[in-house]
Amino acid sequence: MKCVPIEHLLRELAPQVLGAMMRRFRDFAAAEDAVQEALLAAALQWPQQGLPDNPRGWLIQVAGRRMMDYLRSEEARRRRETEIALQPGLLAPAVGGAVEAEQDDTLTLIFMCCHPSLTTSSAIALTLRAVAGLTTAEIAHAFLVPEVTMAQRISRAKQTIKASGVPFELPTVQERAERLRAVLHVLYLIFNEGYASSAGPKLQRVELAQEAIRLARCVHASLPDDAEVAGLLALMLLTDARRAARTGPDEELIPLTKQDRSLWDQSEISEGVALLTAALSKGSVGAYQLQAAIAAVHDEAARAEDTDWPQILALYELLKRMSDNPMVILNHAIAAAMVQGPRQGLELLNGLDTDARMAAQHRLDAVRAHLLEMAGDREAAITHYRIAAEKTTSLPERNYLMTQAARLSESAQSK
Amino acid sequence: MKYILMMAGTKAGVNAYRAWSPSDIQAHFAFLTRLNRDLHESGEFVANEPLGAPEQAKIVRAGKDGVPVTDGVFPEAKEFLLGYWIVDVESPERAYEIAARLSAGPGPGGVPLNMPIEVRQILSPRASDLA
Repeated sequence: MKCVPIEHLLRELAPQVLGAMMRRFRDFAAAEDAVQEALLAAALQWPQQGLPDNPRGWLIQVAGRRMMDYLRSEEARRRRETEIALQPGLLAPAVGGAVEAEQDDTLTLIFMCCHPSLTTSSAIALTLRAVAGLTTAEIAHAFLVPEVTMAQRISRAKQTIKASGVPFELPTVQERAERLRAVLHVLYLIFNEGYASSAGPKLQRVELAQEAIRLARCVHASLPDDAEVAGLLALMLLTDARRAARTGPDEELIPLTKQDRSLWDQSEISEGVALLTAALSKGSVGAYQLQAAIAAVHDEAARAEDTDWPQILALYELLKRMSDNPMVILNHAIAAAMVQGPRQGLELLNGLDTDARMAAQHRLDAVRAHLLEMAGDREAAITHYRIAAEKTTSLPERNYLMTQAARLSESAQSK
Repeated sequence: MKYILMMAGTKAGVNAYRAWSPSDIQAHFAFLTRLNRDLHESGEFVANEPLGAPEQAKIVRAGKDGVPVTDGVFPEAKEFLLGYWIVDVESPERAYEIAARLSAGPGPGGVPLNMPIEVRQILSPRASDLA
């Protein structure tokens, strides 16, 4: 038996088993540990002994046994320490029916792991472990920190959830929209972390982008009528489609206009476009759908010069009305430059000079440099590429920006 | 975001440290141990390495055919890296806070040393999409 399919099966089953444990025992931190132990046991035993007839049942049984062991030792510890009996309620009867829809468990867990009381990095780590079924070591590798540090982060996150007293159930209808936004943001960040990665030992790297897509599929399966969920999934697919073309042989960044478009994944593009089309027809257009629509316009251009920039500009106009995110204004300025000329784009950037959110950001300088270059102002472009290179906190971006500045000054000298 | 916190000093400073009383040295060790324990508990610890004595430092350059040529006599006033911490934190302010705590480590008589700690962000291997 190959280990890869087992790994996938385990990740698929992880939230279902955890959901079953939560309905029986309620204690999130302990249930999560018990499920991890069951997953580890399965990862060791199944490749040797073959798949059990009912893998999900097997995991629930093993995790349940671990949970009972834990509760017994807790009970003994409590008795030793305080001589009081086990708290009533710890072994409460199952909440709700026995085998409800597993998808709803996954959704409930995602809502729980993306709880507003957690920092974003904690929510990401906890979602990857409790919902995506990754091991602590895999998550630690993905974020380039020691395993003990990641273990500590996850355990603190679980304690925070426990202390917040959030019940294992879906948020109320009033809360739902806001909590769903937090969930989608966490999934978006996980995707970006994976998509943007160009370093780290490839063999050990968990494909975070793939995990994010898988989780977004789960949420979409549970909430098929939510257009923004579909929009985020479409955005991920339409962006991920370009992954193979995004970096060169030395991991150097290749901008969209210079990518080899034959490397783009056409099946991801058509799936993304189909999802997006269905979502847009539902009538409530949100920011993820608009971003997906922009990605789709890029993906559908056979050559960079075929890109429908007026369409992209119109989509950014809509996006700008929805959000005051300075990144949207930046991208809007680029689209305006492509349609109305670089001077128009540069004009739009001026408004950002006093925006405090952009002060430490390299991106404003990077875009300004790009538009200045388009406008033929080479000296100023070099200056801003260099300022951007100084400010960026990303190594591939710094290399890219320095190369742009070097290319321009070389061509200046050769004239 | 990851930051490296670098502690530097001179040979003279290291010699002065060697002349501390045992209880002052002990107090300083206890301080460092506590700091590392706290960083582990907060889930921010990435690495901490103390470095060997400056007397053993060598500057290496490639000579002919890439053969290493070492140089090892340094003036008293030269600054040496003594050790570093790498932390993974939510904000630059948090990195500065940890650096300030490190800087205030106890010296002779428990008086804070207020050593300068150089804080530098570690570049991420990730890039967001370029427009």
